[in-house]
Amino acid sequence: MIVYILKRLAIAIPTLLTLIIASFVLMHVAPGGPFTAERAVPPEVLANLNAKYGLDQPLWRQIATYLWNVVAHFDFGPSFTYKDRSVNDIIAQGFPVTLTYGFLSFITAVLVGVSLGVTAAIKRNSWLDYLAVGISIGAQVLPNFVMAPILVLIFTLSLHWLPGGGWSFDDPRFWIMPVIALSTSYMASIARITRSSMLETLSSNHIRTARAKGLPKRKIILRHALKPALLPVISYLGPAFVSMITGSVIVDVYFTTGGIGKSFVDSALNRDYAVMMGITILLGTLTILFNLVVDIIYGWIDPKIRY
Amino acid sequence: MKSIAAISALALMLGSAVPVLAQSSHVPEGTKLAANQTFTYWMQDDLKTLDPDLNTSKDGNDVLHQLFEGLYDQDAEGNLVPALATSFDVSDDKMTYTFHLREGAKWSNGDPVTAQDFVYAWQRLADPKTASDYAWYMELMQVQNAHAVIAGEKPVTDLGVKALDDMTLQVQLETPIPYFRQMLVNSSTFPVPQKVVEKFGSDWTKPENMVSNGAYNLKSWKIGESIELVKSDSYWDAANTTLTDLKFVPITDLNQALTRYEAGELDFVQTPAGQYPRLKDEYPDQAFAPPRSCSYSYIFNVGDSGPEALKDVRVRKALSYAIDRDIIVDKILKGGQKPAYSWTHWATAGFTMPETDYSKMTQAERMAKAKELLKEAGYGPDHPLKLRLMYNTSSDHKKLAIAVQQFWKPLGVEVTLENYEWKVYLEKQQQHDFDISRYGWCADYNEPSTYLDVLTSWSDQDVGEWKDPAYDALLKDSKTAADPQADYTKAEQILAEQMPLAPVYHYSLPMLLNSHIKGYPFENVELNWYAKNMYRTAN
Amino acid sequence: MVIDETKMTSLAEATSREDVAGRSLWADARRRFFRNKAAIFGLGLLIFVVSFALFGNLLAAWNNSDIDYNVMGDATASAPSLANGHYFGADDLGRDLFARTVQGTQISLLVGVIGTLIAVSVGTVYGAISGYFGGRVDGFMMRLVDILLAIPYMFVLILLLVMYGRSIGMLFVGVGLISWLEMARIVRGQTLTLKNREYVEAARAIGVPAPTIIRRHILPNLVGVVVVFATLLVPLMILTESFISFLGLGVQEPQTSLGALISEGAGTMSYGTLWQLAFPLFFFVITLFGFYFVGDGLRDALDPKER
Repeated sequence: MIVYILKRLAIAIPTLLTLIIASFVLMHVAPGGPFTAERAVPPEVLANLNAKYGLDQPLWRQIATYLWNVVAHFDFGPSFTYKDRSVNDIIAQGFPVTLTYGFLSFITAVLVGVSLGVTAAIKRNSWLDYLAVGISIGAQVLPNFVMAPILVLIFTLSLHWLPGGGWSFDDPRFWIMPVIALSTSYMASIARITRSSMLETLSSNHIRTARAKGLPKRKIILRHALKPALLPVISYLGPAFVSMITGSVIVDVYFTTGGIGKSFVDSALNRDYAVMMGITILLGTLTILFNLVVDIIYGWIDPKIRY
Repeated sequence: MKSIAAISALALMLGSAVPVLAQSSHVPEGTKLAANQTFTYWMQDDLKTLDPDLNTSKDGNDVLHQLFEGLYDQDAEGNLVPALATSFDVSDDKMTYTFHLREGAKWSNGDPVTAQDFVYAWQRLADPKTASDYAWYMELMQVQNAHAVIAGEKPVTDLGVKALDDMTLQVQLETPIPYFRQMLVNSSTFPVPQKVVEKFGSDWTKPENMVSNGAYNLKSWKIGESIELVKSDSYWDAANTTLTDLKFVPITDLNQALTRYEAGELDFVQTPAGQYPRLKDEYPDQAFAPPRSCSYSYIFNVGDSGPEALKDVRVRKALSYAIDRDIIVDKILKGGQKPAYSWTHWATAGFTMPETDYSKMTQAERMAKAKELLKEAGYGPDHPLKLRLMYNTSSDHKKLAIAVQQFWKPLGVEVTLENYEWKVYLEKQQQHDFDISRYGWCADYNEPSTYLDVLTSWSDQDVGEWKDPAYDALLKDSKTAADPQADYTKAEQILAEQMPLAPVYHYSLPMLLNSHIKGYPFENVELNWYAKNMYRTAN
Repeated sequence: MVIDETKMTSLAEATSREDVAGRSLWADARRRFFRNKAAIFGLGLLIFVVSFALFGNLLAAWNNSDIDYNVMGDATASAPSLANGHYFGADDLGRDLFARTVQGTQISLLVGVIGTLIAVSVGTVYGAISGYFGGRVDGFMMRLVDILLAIPYMFVLILLLVMYGRSIGMLFVGVGLISWLEMARIVRGQTLTLKNREYVEAARAIGVPAPTIIRRHILPNLVGVVVVFATLLVPLMILTESFISFLGLGVQEPQTSLGALISEGAGTMSYGTLWQLAFPLFFFVITLFGFYFVGDGLRDALDPKER
């Protein structure tokens, strides 16, 4: 197990290296430099800017310096567009926001999705089942940039319950709409996966045996059926996590939460190489770690898996 | 509407429960002030910096006007009001200005504001080491040696600005420009606290470090979420400052911003294109559309890299004539913008619209003329003209480009739309890699030369590479002429004849402003507002 | 919004089981598919959407780029009407929404289908090569897949579109390259099993070259899983495109896509021009439903289990 974890961590290093080098090269050959401004910048000023950000160095050297700063000092350098903020500042401010609503969305999606799926499977072909299946299909096809304005229309403009945007760590009312907008489609997918795998498990031999032994239904489901039925859900969590990070862009744009999704899009538009790199590396690392955790949980639930 | 009413009812209740606030000189007698003196202002994009020497954006200028104070402010009509400069002397040749500074003005750390702070700030702006995108502003102000300093050819100490003593600032100009003092309203000329800047470096604008000299201090800045300011007690005129808390919220999408306004979360918002008339009906006391000194145009690339056809003035005129500006203004934008037949914004101080032939015609006449001109130039439905039209990403620019593409279709002009991100768009303009490009310009100061200088041969903005000696001569003359306005009018006539760009419309700022917020300067075409002159009423 | 990998693996095993003779598998599957009401319904939806995209223009009174100055800028006049030929109403600029929806559906389907083709072909070929050759080649190729899986793809796609302009070709390639990794993993797993079959070993023994073996004996056994995967991938591609359009990075005007139309319509939802959202959203939703139902139906038909 420990060997396995170490092996996976070892893969993380070339992964990140590839990511950094690829992004670096991609950005440096693209048209539209970070210092293109409305008035042509005087050459002297441009030279100073390039020197300040090390862009006058050869590419390999820039990459080497960057890597050294990231690895040795955990320093992503100064932002190219936010003149008086460093990339670390921007991440330190936006990441907790994204992490908070992202984590809440994730928990919501898993808890609600699994309960919905299990209920639908147990009460198969009842109205509850149809409702659950209906909701989950509907939620899967409605893009969250359509859902977000609908939520605002209902909860902000009609009911006046929730603020239409912004963020506060102290006031949960700010969290609700971002979480709903982000979690719903994953909740739906999880519900569908849970339902079908639960049905499969319930019809498997060992559950039939348990039933024949006369164990109470509740006990059968919680003790014997749930664990194997969750395996497909767990393997879904990795990809879901990655795609949720993407979804956070829409949440940030729509609800002006100040999260890093919006910072990323803005940095791409502004050619802010430093912020783009910082966020890409951060999210890449997060993805790797998350996949690792998922694999460990998977192994813990399913003893058949060999490392 | 409902929510706004609900909030004002709440404010009313609060208002009656607390003692009346101290009345400032800006608030008329008998006004009932709201208990919470807050103002939440919408911005399109988050600021890139809070450093006056590095800022380049209009929104940044608005925030800096609250945080800092320069030599002059503007009143509600846009006239100069002494801020830190209580008086000034000017030499006979109009090349040396001596400003006498206000006694008792303080930085928020208690230090006095001195002439040296200005000298430091101006030198810092021009210093190539600062690498400010706005260093050219010093050059535009004609400050002596600005060009050489920016180019790194002379030391910053050679810049034509010096402190005669703590309270006296002297500026030496290279050319006697009549609008020099107007330019001092821009936040790029504001003083910065040398000690603090040197101590913290680029971190000096962080809330915990920042020291400013304006009516407000920085409380917090969460990128992408909000910037918050609070009233400064150390400001010299704090007794007359009524609003206590300012919040700036960046929302890129105007539709979303409108929703937030309607939910009562914003006090000010720009209305989306086409929505103004409906909102005016719905909120008659909150919708306004004051003129805003910016012009929108399509610029033609007449340089070597541009298409051959556009070098023909008949083609340029035909394309310009065929744009139905009334449709753009009345059916697409619908927010108080005006159709433009001149490059200079109609509301610019002292500017009289020149008599130009095409501004007098009906659109049908213009269209007929356009077809005729294009035929003369050898193009038509059987020999179609193929052009590319470039614009930067924005739903409004997109709408206009689509409409213009349709306007030109009957001429037999086939237009391909090209949409680029801001930075790529700018780079393509600067490299002259386009046929026709959307081109907007906002006044740096309230005077026609801010528009007209752009098209001179010495401008750094030679986007379309159009040059005309007669035009240059007029603009050169205007710098020293007793009546520059006559030169400006003639220059506009040349533009109408040569059509280096097709003016499309003159901006307004269609907006919603909470009806309890008073003191917003609608008459100021640059829309420079000062929260210290504004207040929030209780009902 | 992510394909359930567990089910795909199970499907792959089912379709390449040794005891299942090729012909009966497909005949059975067809029978089962046509008994599945949801799948038939989905097929009906798809036929409807495709004919709308192909032949809708024959019914349109306007083309997708002409402005109707009579309704331009007038919210009431641009409502759906048979009299002026705007069956679906007009957009903000007075352009016919029917023609635009037809054209948007074409682009969305194209992006979905071409993106999927790219993903599936790259994934299949890569997976088959990796699995067939095994050993060090396999190790290297699969490590590479692991590395690439940790890259936040949507972010890379945003970068590509921002920096290199937004040609429709870039969009095809961009969405296609996001999803080939899962395909590669599934195909590789299957190939590993298949290559140890007697007939493959026999072929190898008589000196049939590797590319021929892969083409003749490996790929045909993968058809089922590829088809199902592709069907389920198309809606994901269409969703991806809509997300890109929301960020304003989609196809160039006057071309449009369902995502672009929806995002415009959603922005102006509360201004009384609901048709601008409703019609494109309707076609978007039924397209996604169609693909999901058909995809699920195909999978259940090929891999019958109690679900």
